[in-house]
Amino acid sequence: MKALCWYGKEDVRIEKIADPKILNPHDAIVKITLTAICGSDLHLYDGYIPTMRKGDVLGHEFMGEVVEIGPEVKKLAKGDRVVVPFPISCGHCFFCNQEEYSLCDNSNPNAAVAEKMYGYSGAALFGYSHMLGGYAGGQAEYARVPFADIGPIKVPDELSDEQVLFLSDILPTGYQAAANCAIRGGDTVAVWGCGPVGLFAMQSARLLGAERVIAIDCVPERLELARATRQVETINFAEESVLEGLRELSGGRGPDACIDAVGMEAHGFGPLGWYDKAKQTVRLQTDRPTVLREAIQACRKGGTVSIPGVYGGLIDKFNFGAAFGKGLTFKMGQTHVQKYLPDLLERIARGEIAPNDIISHRLSLDQGPEAYRMFREKADGCIKVVMKP
Amino acid sequence: MMQQSTPMHARPEYANETLQESQYGSAPQRNMGYPERLISKVGGVFLGAYGLTRGSLGGLLVAGVGGLLYHRGSTGICPVYSALDIDRSEPSPGPEIIRISDTVTINRSREDLYQFWRNFENLPLFMRHLAEVRQTDESHSHWRLRLASGLGSVEWDAELTEDRPGEQLSWRSLPGAELHNTGTVTFREAPVGRGTEVGLIIVYHPPGGRLGITAAKLANPLFAQMAREDIRRFKSLMEVGEIPTIEGQPTGS
Ligand SMILES: NC(=O)c1ccc[n+]([C@@H]2O[C@H](COP(=O)([O-])OP(=O)(O)OC[C@H]3O[C@@H](n4cnc5c(N)ncnc54)[C@H](O)[C@@H]3O)[C@@H](O)[C@H]2O)c1
Ligand SMILES: [Zn+2]
Ligand SMILES: [Zn+2]
Repeated sequence: MKALCWYGKEDVRIEKIADPKILNPHDAIVKITLTAICGSDLHLYDGYIPTMRKGDVLGHEFMGEVVEIGPEVKKLAKGDRVVVPFPISCGHCFFCNQEEYSLCDNSNPNAAVAEKMYGYSGAALFGYSHMLGGYAGGQAEYARVPFADIGPIKVPDELSDEQVLFLSDILPTGYQAAANCAIRGGDTVAVWGCGPVGLFAMQSARLLGAERVIAIDCVPERLELARATRQVETINFAEESVLEGLRELSGGRGPDACIDAVGMEAHGFGPLGWYDKAKQTVRLQTDRPTVLREAIQACRKGGTVSIPGVYGGLIDKFNFGAAFGKGLTFKMGQTHVQKYLPDLLERIARGEIAPNDIISHRLSLDQGPEAYRMFREKADGCIKVVMKP
Repeated sequence: MMQQSTPMHARPEYANETLQESQYGSAPQRNMGYPERLISKVGGVFLGAYGLTRGSLGGLLVAGVGGLLYHRGSTGICPVYSALDIDRSEPSPGPEIIRISDTVTINRSREDLYQFWRNFENLPLFMRHLAEVRQTDESHSHWRLRLASGLGSVEWDAELTEDRPGEQLSWRSLPGAELHNTGTVTFREAPVGRGTEVGLIIVYHPPGGRLGITAAKLANPLFAQMAREDIRRFKSLMEVGEIPTIEGQPTGS
């Protein structure tokens, strides 16, 4: 089959490789009909996630048709049309039982490596480094999907691929980011990042009752899209001070909740920005916490900082005293995608959410390398790329 | 409460066996050389293994066990570690032991877990380097450990020394075993319906005098890691009826 493989920093290639096989009794094989590139893939593309190996198949946002099932698969059959969540979850461990699917105990064959770095390992993810399982991803013609009875959700024929694909990751991710803010009527929520995750977080914050949503980014067409489709006020951080802007827009009290939908590769400014960039380049610090720093500073007393943006390791010059002094609540982590699927699918079917409104580019899998470059540069008004194998 | 396939029915073709065969398949046996020199070499292998982070580590570890057990293999001494040879004429200093323990919480009842373990023939399903355990009668079993390629395998007899249904199993190797070892697994109910806390303790007496002990101590973190991997695999097998793997999936060249 054809697959988009990782070979190093800024080096991804379309390769001809063997088709995946059933390896465990609860596996299924899915023939992929649509796949996407995620902001998380850019962290791989830019070389910031350790334990990638040359030839690893990328991609964790995909859907398609079940073409083969293992002997223990009960709920899926050949021919089913499914969307596959990006965390691989067993459905039976302590964490899965309480719907913390991205913390599953039983999906990562390389848990030992993650344990060394984090104490305990989270769930394995598709196409996201060997520390997180090393599973081949879904930017390919076929993918092997473990625990097929637990993850994939069947989707009705009336809904197109483009309408449901983002159930695999970014829609539930934006939703969880907002749900983690425990929003109450009248709340003001600030969202850093007008990428796909940020856009869905803004939309979800509104659905969950936020009164005011403020979006922060520097890419004009992204800010424009946020304004046009998400009923938000915006701050362009290249032009004005985020902290002052937020203070003003929240009546001087600060936002009730702050969502960091940017993560470890935030753009920084001034001396601290250079400092972060330099330290990250030589890996003295693995992450650039510009947004996180801003969020804890901006947040109102007793507020919540919700972090869907991915962080991988150490950060510097982090004002923990501000978090402590203001009694902040932190919520973060990979999304428990499975938990939100039935509800979000319902909302799509009812027309309440049209996740496809963020798609800016429709390409073929063969154009993958070019698509990564474009998405990374945010060139050509790129918001979200979907690819057909 | 939980509905799942029982691991007893786990199909061997899905249990990674193919790969293990190819990785640790047996090879022609060689004559024994100088035991001490070999142990020194084994120590070297262990030291080298610290620099590794994945994959081959298990194989190296088992190669090491092979050296400890059989004093078999090549005759050369790794020059880097030849310092370990200094004490080679020392007699065994006595009952020094190495102890490994680990704990994991498994989302199954004490009884289920005990039952599965009580049938020692199940152990190779999750203990990666065990080729086979044959139950010879109610309380005796024969164990075969697969070594790294070129080193064949090691066998010993063991007896059950403690059997408290739903609570604890203990076993020990019988006199004549080249690596004396004892094991205990305990099953304790976790708080309010949170499954079972499983504790594993393995104690072994390294052969080969002081050198054996030195080598074994060097190897200890690796043994501990191996025990942790095994107990993790036990958990997966018991919670979901399979052990996660990516071995055999396609990748780019
Ligand atoms: N938690 C999860 O499960 C999960 C799932 C999907 C994605 N993510 C993460 O969410 C983050 C966003 O993903 P995406 O697909 O939207 O990516 P994206 O790259 O499209 O969007 C990131 C946006 O952040 C903006 N940005 C950069 N620096 C900023 C700053 N200092 N202040 C404000 N905005 C800034 C960029 O201009 C860009 O528009 C990534 O870190 C990704 O890894 C997490
Ligand atoms: Zn993603
Ligand atoms: Zn689980």
